[in-house]
Amino acid sequence: MTQVSDAPARTRAQISERTLRKDRWWQAPVVVVTLLTIWLTYATVRVFTGHWYYVPKYHYLTPFYSPCVSGECVPGSSTLGHWIPAIPPIIPYAFVSLVFVLGFRLTCYYYRRAYYRAFWQSPPSCAVREPHAKYTGETRFPLIMQNLHRYFFYVVIVISVLNTWDVAQAFRGPDGNFGFGLGSLIMLANVVLLWCYTLSCHSCRHITGGRLKHFSRHPIRYWAWTKVSWLNARHMQLAWTTLGTLMLTDLYIMLVASGAISDLRFFN
Amino acid sequence: MSSTEIERHSYDVVVIGAGGSGLRAAIEARARGKKTAIISKSLFGKAHTVMAEGGAAAAMGNVNPNDNWQVHFRDTMRGGKFLNNPRMAELHAKEAPDRVWELEAWGALFDRTKDGKISQRNFGGHEYPRLAHVGDRTGLEMIRTLQQRVVALQQADSAELGDPEAMIRVFAETTITRLVKDGTGAPRIAGAFGYFRDTGRFVLFEAPTVVLATGGIGRTFKVTSNSWEYSGDGHALALLAGADLINMEFVQFHPTGMVWPPSVRGILVTESVRGDGGVLRNSEGNRFMFDYVPDVFRAQYAETEEEADRWYTDPDHNRRPPELLPRDEVARSINSEIKAGRGSPHGGVFLDIASRRPAEEILRRLPSMYHQFIELADVDITKQPMEIGPTCHYVMGGVEVDPDTAATDVPGLFAAGEVSGGMHGSNRLGGNSLSDLLVFGKRAGEGAAEYVDSLSGPRPAASAASVDAAVAEALAPLERAEGENPYTVHGELQQTMNDLVGLIRRETEVKQALTELEKFRERAARVSVPGGRAYNPGWHVALDLRNMLLVAECVAQAALERQESRGGHTREDYPAMSAEWRKVNLVCALTGDTVSLTRKPLPAMRLDLLALFETAELKKYMTEEELAGIAPPSAPSADAVSEEGH
Amino acid sequence: MGYMAALKVWRGDAGSGALTDYKVEVNEGEVVLDVLHRLQATQAGDLALRWNCKAGKCGSCSMEINGRPRLGCMTRMSTFDPADTLTITPMRTFPVIRDLVTDVSFNYAKARSIPSFTPDPSIKPGEFRMQQEDVNRSQEFRKCIECYLCQNTCHVIRDHAENEAPFAGPRFLMRVAELEMHPCDEADRRDIAQDDFGLGYCNITKCCTEVCPEHIKITDNALIPLKERVAGHKYDPLVWLGSKISRRPAKAGTPAVPGKR
Ligand SMILES: Cc1cc2nc3c(=O)[nH]c(=O)nc-3n(C[C@H](O)[C@H](O)[C@H](O)COP(=O)(O)OP(=O)(O)OC[C@H]3O[C@@H](n4cnc5c(N)ncnc54)[C@H](O)[C@@H]3O)c2cc1C
Ligand code: SF4
Ligand code: SF4
Ligand code: FES
Ligand code: FES
Repeated sequence: MTQVSDAPARTRAQISERTLRKDRWWQAPVVVVTLLTIWLTYATVRVFTGHWYYVPKYHYLTPFYSPCVSGECVPGSSTLGHWIPAIPPIIPYAFVSLVFVLGFRLTCYYYRRAYYRAFWQSPPSCAVREPHAKYTGETRFPLIMQNLHRYFFYVVIVISVLNTWDVAQAFRGPDGNFGFGLGSLIMLANVVLLWCYTLSCHSCRHITGGRLKHFSRHPIRYWAWTKVSWLNARHMQLAWTTLGTLMLTDLYIMLVASGAISDLRFFN
Repeated sequence: MSSTEIERHSYDVVVIGAGGSGLRAAIEARARGKKTAIISKSLFGKAHTVMAEGGAAAAMGNVNPNDNWQVHFRDTMRGGKFLNNPRMAELHAKEAPDRVWELEAWGALFDRTKDGKISQRNFGGHEYPRLAHVGDRTGLEMIRTLQQRVVALQQADSAELGDPEAMIRVFAETTITRLVKDGTGAPRIAGAFGYFRDTGRFVLFEAPTVVLATGGIGRTFKVTSNSWEYSGDGHALALLAGADLINMEFVQFHPTGMVWPPSVRGILVTESVRGDGGVLRNSEGNRFMFDYVPDVFRAQYAETEEEADRWYTDPDHNRRPPELLPRDEVARSINSEIKAGRGSPHGGVFLDIASRRPAEEILRRLPSMYHQFIELADVDITKQPMEIGPTCHYVMGGVEVDPDTAATDVPGLFAAGEVSGGMHGSNRLGGNSLSDLLVFGKRAGEGAAEYVDSLSGPRPAASAASVDAAVAEALAPLERAEGENPYTVHGELQQTMNDLVGLIRRETEVKQALTELEKFRERAARVSVPGGRAYNPGWHVALDLRNMLLVAECVAQAALERQESRGGHTREDYPAMSAEWRKVNLVCALTGDTVSLTRKPLPAMRLDLLALFETAELKKYMTEEELAGIAPPSAPSADAVSEEGH
Repeated sequence: MGYMAALKVWRGDAGSGALTDYKVEVNEGEVVLDVLHRLQATQAGDLALRWNCKAGKCGSCSMEINGRPRLGCMTRMSTFDPADTLTITPMRTFPVIRDLVTDVSFNYAKARSIPSFTPDPSIKPGEFRMQQEDVNRSQEFRKCIECYLCQNTCHVIRDHAENEAPFAGPRFLMRVAELEMHPCDEADRRDIAQDDFGLGYCNITKCCTEVCPEHIKITDNALIPLKERVAGHKYDPLVWLGSKISRRPAKAGTPAVPGKR
C-alpha cells in the first residue's frame, strides 16, 4: 500500500518477455482461425453459388437460402413467396435473413470473444501481451455497435421460426403427404440445435429473467431463466456445433440437389 | 531517508487490527465522531477473520423459535466450563442478534430460510441451530461487509469533507511493535509505534486511545490453523504496556485439522462438516465418540447411533450426536484414539461425510471444504472420508478487560476479539468468536470514544525516551552482523510448544518447556537478518519473536500452575475438573523483563443468571460453599450484585 | 520422494530486478508457496512474498507461475515436471514493491469509487427479508477473495496502463453487478458502469474467469449480464418506449461517483 507520502514512484516489474507461459497457449487461437476461415470460405462460396439449394421433390431448402424471397429463386422454394424482383447474383438470394443471421453471430458474445482473441489478438491468450499500442475496447464506434446484439436476437427468433417451417416442409414426401428421409432428419437436428444456440444467447438470458432483481416474485420467469442459464453455460459448444450442422445440412442438400447422391428415404 | 526518521500521525482512536473486531470498533468510533486509524499487518481485508468458515452464533431463533439469549448464554457457559466471565457471556448472548442484523443492513448476504430470514446452522455445543452463515465462508462475508462499510463511511466523508480519509483511514501492511505511554503524569496511553512493511519506515501514531484487536497466538505452535499474523502481538503489546492477561493456559485445539499432506498439516476442516452430518470413525470403522461423552454432558447427548441420526431431522425429540460435543472433548477423544493405535494411516482419524450425505448436498453446503481437499490432498470428500487430527486454533486467554467497555487496566487501552480474555472461559464454542468480535468490537469502539470524550486538559504525549527505545529495539536484528537465522529459532520454538505445552500437558514437560524458553529468549536476542528494511520478511519474523516468546511464557507458566483439566487445558497428571480451581483466574503480568503469574477470583455470576441453570447442573461445576451461597432463590446477595461489572 | 527443484524467482524492486536461480528441496504434497517458504527459511531470508491462510481463502499469495497468474498456496508442485525449471514472477500489472510483492493500491482506490450498498432507508436491521433464489447471484460474486488475479490478467490494463483511469477492472465491475442484483439495493449504477467504470472496455475475452481461483463465472454471470443491463437501459429503444408507456416508478436513480472531480 502506498501510504508513505514520499515513497519513491513505483513501476511495474521490468520483464521483457511477452509472456513466460510455457504451455501451448497459441494453439487455441490457431484452431479458431483455421476453423472459422474454413467455414467462412465454404459459406461465402455457397451463398453466391446460386444453385443446388433446393430439392423440389422432397422440399429440402438449405438454411443458407431461407427465405428464398428473390425472384430468381426456384419456384416453390419459399413459403413466403418471391416478392423481390430478380436481383443480380452478387447479392445472395436470402440476403434478407443472412444479414441478420450474420449480424447475430458477429455480435454474439461468444464469437466476439473468439475473434477478438484469435483474429485481433486482443489478447491472443491470457497473460500474453497483445500487439496493439492502443486499446479502447467496445467503447466507441464501430465496436460500440456490439450493444445491438439484442436486436439481432429478436430478428433471429423470427428467422428460426422460418427455419422450423422449412423443416416441417421437409417432412412432406414427393406426393405432398407425410414422408421423410435422411435429409429431413439432418435438417431437423440442425434446426433443434439452432434453437438451442439461439435460446442460449446472453440477450435471451437477460430478457427471460436476468434483468429481474427479484426472482422470487416471478416464479415462471425464474424457471425459464434457470433453463436458459443451463443452455447458456453451453453456448460456446452450441456455437461451434451449429456451425458444423449448418455446413453439413447445406452440403447434404447440395449433394442431393446436384444429383451427386440421392436422398436416403425412410418413409414416402 | 535517515534510518530513524519517524512519520507521525495524530488520531483520536487507533485500532490495531483489521479483523472483525478491529473494523467493528473503528466503525463505532467513527460513528461517534472520532478520528480513527485502522492498522493492520496484512492488506486490508485479509485479516484472519476472513478464514472463519462455519458461522456467527446469534440467538435469532429463525430456524428454531425456542432459541433465545438465555439458551445461548447457557450453552456458552457450559462450553467454557463455567469459567467464563458471566457478564461478557451475557452481553454477548444478548447483543449478538442485533450485531448480525446490522451486517445485513450493510449489505451482507447470508444464506436464507424459506421465509426469507437469515438461515442458521447447527454447531458443536449449541443447543439449537444458531449460526448465521454463508456456505462455509462466513468470515469472508463478514470481513468484506465490514470492509465495505468502512469504504461507505469514507465515501460519505469524501462527499462531506472532501477527503475520504478525513475521519477513518486504513494503514495496511503496518506493524505496531510498541505502545507508547504518556511521558508525564499518570501512565496512560499516548500512542503506538511501528513500521510500514513496504518501506521499513517507522511511524508513530499519537492517540489517547488504542484498541487492540490483533487476534491470536497460534503461530507459537507448529500444527496450527492460524497464519503468520498470529504471533500474539496484541497480547505482548498489552503486557509490555502494563496490562494483564488472563486464562492463558486455555488454548483451543480444534479437533479437525488436515493431517496430510505434511505441508497442509493443521489447516482447518470446518466443524460444519459435523454439524451437517459428518461423523468420526477410527481405523476399525467405529463411531468412537459414543465412548467419550463425559458425565457433565451425558444428559444432552445421544447414546445410540440411531438416536443421533434421528436428531438431524427431529432435534426436538432426540439428543445430539456426540460428534457435536464441545471442541475440547472431541479433540481429546481423537487424541486418545490415535494413541490407542486406532488412528488413520497418516496419524489422524477419519471424518466421513461421503457415506452420509448425497454428493450434491455436500457440494452445496461445504463448497470450500470440497475445494480445499480436492486441490490440496487429492481427496474427493463426496466419495472418500477425510483424515483429520487436532490443530491449534484459538486462544481463549487474553487481555483482561471490563466487559461493558472493553477497557483494560491501562487508561486508554482497550481490547476486543480474540486478543481479549474472559468471554469464552476455558473453551470457546464454534461460532461464538465471530459474534464476539462484533459485540465487543462495537463496545470497544464505544468505550474508546467515551474515554476520549472524558479527557480534559492536554492530550497525553508520547515520551521521547520510549520512542527512541522502540526505534533501537526494532533496528537491533538488522544491525547485528553475525547471528542466528530467525526462521530457525521460530521453527524450533513452534516445535517445542507443540511437543511440550500442546493438547495434553504434563508437569515435567511444561517445566522443561520453561527451561527451553529461557534458552530461546537468549537465542532470540542474538538473531540477525540480512537485507534492508524494505519488505524484509526475515526482519519481520525477528521482531515477532519477542511477542511469541512472551506469550509462550504466559501459556507455559499458567499451564504449569493450573492443576486440573478443564476445557482447553488438559493435564495428564490432573485429569479431573476441580470445583476449587473453577473459582480461580490465572493472571499473567510483566514486571521489568519477568513474566509473573498471580491468582485472582473469577467474577461471580449474578443470581438471575445462575437461576437459568438447574441446581443439579451447577453441582457438577461448583463447590459446596458456592452452592450454599446461592441456595435461597430470592433476595440476591449484595456482593453478588456488586461483582456484576468486573 | 523429495527432489531438488530448479527455480527462477524474480528478485528486485522498483529500480530493477532479474530472475535469480535457486535449487530448493520439494517434498510430497507440497505447493509452490511451501517451496518458496523453504527458500526463504534456508537461502533467501529477505525474499519478499505475501501469504496468510495457505488455503486459498485470503487471496494474499497471488503471483505468476510459469507465466500463469495463480495463487502460490493452491498450486501443487505435482502439477509440474520435476525436470522443468519453475519461473516465478510478481503480478505484472501492479507496481512492484519488492520481489514477489506488488503495490495493489490501485484496487483499493477502485473499490472506493463504486457507490456502496443503498438499501431502502425505511427498512430497519432485522427486518430484511430476502429469498435464497434472490441472493444466489450476488452470493457467487461475494465469494471473491480479492486476490486481484483477474485485475492483473485483464489485458485492458495489463497491456495498456493508460486504461487504468477509465477502467475499474473485472473485480469491481463484478461488484457493480453484485449490487445491481442485490435484492435490497435501490440505486441504479447502469449509467456509471458504462461511463465511469469502463464496462465498454471489456471485450469479454474471459481471461478474468480463466484465472479466478474461486471459479467465479465473472464474464458470463457478472460482466455480460451487466452489459445487457446497460444495453437495455442505454441502447434499447423498445425498452425506453416501454418505460415511457408503463410509467413505472423510477428506481432511486444514479448515485454520484464517489471521489469524482
Ligand atoms: C480457519 C479458521 C476458521 C475459523 N472459523 C470460525 C467460525 O466458523 N466461527 C467463529 O466464530 N470463529 C471462527 N474462527 C475464529 C475466528 O475467525 C477468529 O477468532 C477471529 O476472526 C479473530 O478476529 P479478530 O478480529 O480478533 O482478529 P483477526 O481477524 O485475526 O485480525 C487481527 C488483525 O490484527 C492485525 N495485527 C496483528 N498484529 C498486529 C500488529 N502488531 N500490528 C498491526 N496489526 C496487527 C492483523 O494484521 C489483523 O488485521 C476461525 C479461525 C480460523 C483460523
Ligand atoms: S472478460 Fe473483460 S474484464 Fe475479463 S479479462 Fe477479458 S476484457 Fe478483462
Ligand atoms: S474475482 Fe476471482 S480472480 Fe478476481 S479478485 Fe476475486 S477471487 Fe480473485
Ligand atoms: S448469440 Fe451468442 S450471446 Fe447471443
Ligand atoms: S495464502 Fe491465502 S490465498 Fe494463498
